[in-house]
Amino acid sequence: MPLIDLANPTRFLRLANQTIPWLGGVTLIVFAFGIDQAMIAPDDYQQGATVKIMFIHVPSAWLGMLGWGLMSAAALGTLVWRHPLADVTAKAAAPIGAAFTLLCLVTGSLWGRPEWGTYWVWDARLTSELILFLLYLGVIALWRTVDDPSRAARAAAILTLVGAVDLPIIKFSVDWWNTLHQGASVFRLGGSTIYPTILIPLFIMAVAFTLLFATLLLAAMRNEILRRRVRTLHLMQANAVN
Amino acid sequence: MRGCFVTGTDTGVGKSVLTAAIVAALRAGGTDVVALKPILTGLEEPPDPNWPQDHELLARIAGGRPEQAVLETFDPAVSPHLAAELAGRELALDELARGIRAAARADAALVIEGVGGLLVPLGPDTSVRDLARELGLPLVIAAPLIGLFLNLDAPAEAALTLTLLVGTPALNFLGLIGAAIAVTLRRGGLLVAVIVLPLTVPVLIFGVAAANAAVIGPVPFGTPFTILCALTLMSLVVGPFAAAAALRQEME
Repeated sequence: MPLIDLANPTRFLRLANQTIPWLGGVTLIVFAFGIDQAMIAPDDYQQGATVKIMFIHVPSAWLGMLGWGLMSAAALGTLVWRHPLADVTAKAAAPIGAAFTLLCLVTGSLWGRPEWGTYWVWDARLTSELILFLLYLGVIALWRTVDDPSRAARAAAILTLVGAVDLPIIKFSVDWWNTLHQGASVFRLGGSTIYPTILIPLFIMAVAFTLLFATLLLAAMRNEILRRRVRTLHLMQANAVN
Repeated sequence: MRGCFVTGTDTGVGKSVLTAAIVAALRAGGTDVVALKPILTGLEEPPDPNWPQDHELLARIAGGRPEQAVLETFDPAVSPHLAAELAGRELALDELARGIRAAARADAALVIEGVGGLLVPLGPDTSVRDLARELGLPLVIAAPLIGLFLNLDAPAEAALTLTLLVGTPALNFLGLIGAAIAVTLRRGGLLVAVIVLPLTVPVLIFGVAAANAAVIGPVPFGTPFTILCALTLMSLVVGPFAAAAALRQEME
């Protein structure tokens, strides 16, 4: 159905109620398959089994950036087309994206200790990823500070679009600067440099993470719509008493 | 004996220029001046065609011959106590003081230019400070203003000032965005900081990189500096538009 049909919150709620259960089920299945494939994937000749942190670290990084990209698209939807569900999407996606970004930072830090000898270094990619996390926190704080949801949506939309400049910086930071973080090895001109025995499980885990993001997002959007309905009911009740 | 003793926080901070300026001012006011640089090192250095030697400068400004403006001269451009050691001589405090007092005239002001900084050693346990104290003249200290705190040399100071000049507008325009977003909020204070902080990090990174590059390298100063300029120009464009959009949204 076209996107405009989803603009109706009631119709969206019905769709979400139908979709979330089986989407969650598919997520679990793909996760199970992905983790199994990750476990039987070969060890790296240098890093040993430590390389398997990659199967969590890389998809969370991708999802963290995808989250902000989705919020930017939603921000455009709010500011330009005034799509009713755009701000619901943005508000719901922010904590999920922040969680994935934090997971990326933590797993990367744990991976860095045995491989680089340090938990943290202020190189371009790590710093820009940390900036992304701080931007997420700023946007979440902004959502919570403004009481009226539609005004909060517009303010958050502007901040989201301003912060979107960080996404290409993260992606190209390993090309533009001399970084400790390794260069692009999956999405690059000339194809990936990772051997399929590791690349395939990585993609399966990425699909699993994306399905998880979608499930959590739909659930969060459903909650947000219900929350707004509760708020409207409260306001109507307060008005009726007066 | 009236006059002053000009010293500095370091070598090359501008003692000679300051001394020459004091002498010129006194002479313009009608006072006769005896200008003296008791200890001079670095005579073996090739002379700068655009700038006279310290004693020649003093002689030209105060009137007199360059040989009258010095007591002890050394060829190598090193610290006085080292130069004396290399020449096999000794810089005795009382001899220097006697020589300086002998050059003074009752009807003229005595302007002494020290050598190097105030704590530069003249012997194993004497320094320029001891000579100044022995003479009892008022002390004039040449000190670069910001360099007093940062101990930077002139090119590094200039680079640092330039990065601050260029980077501050970027911080202003980025802060504009946070301020516009939070202006209508009751408890917006801390929120502005949370919003603006991630946006300012690139400016701070490149500003520090440029200042570092000017002082210790190895990257040439221009590389992070041009990126800093780019950040400022971008924030100049994005900041006001984003702030205007935020204000417009809040007005609706």
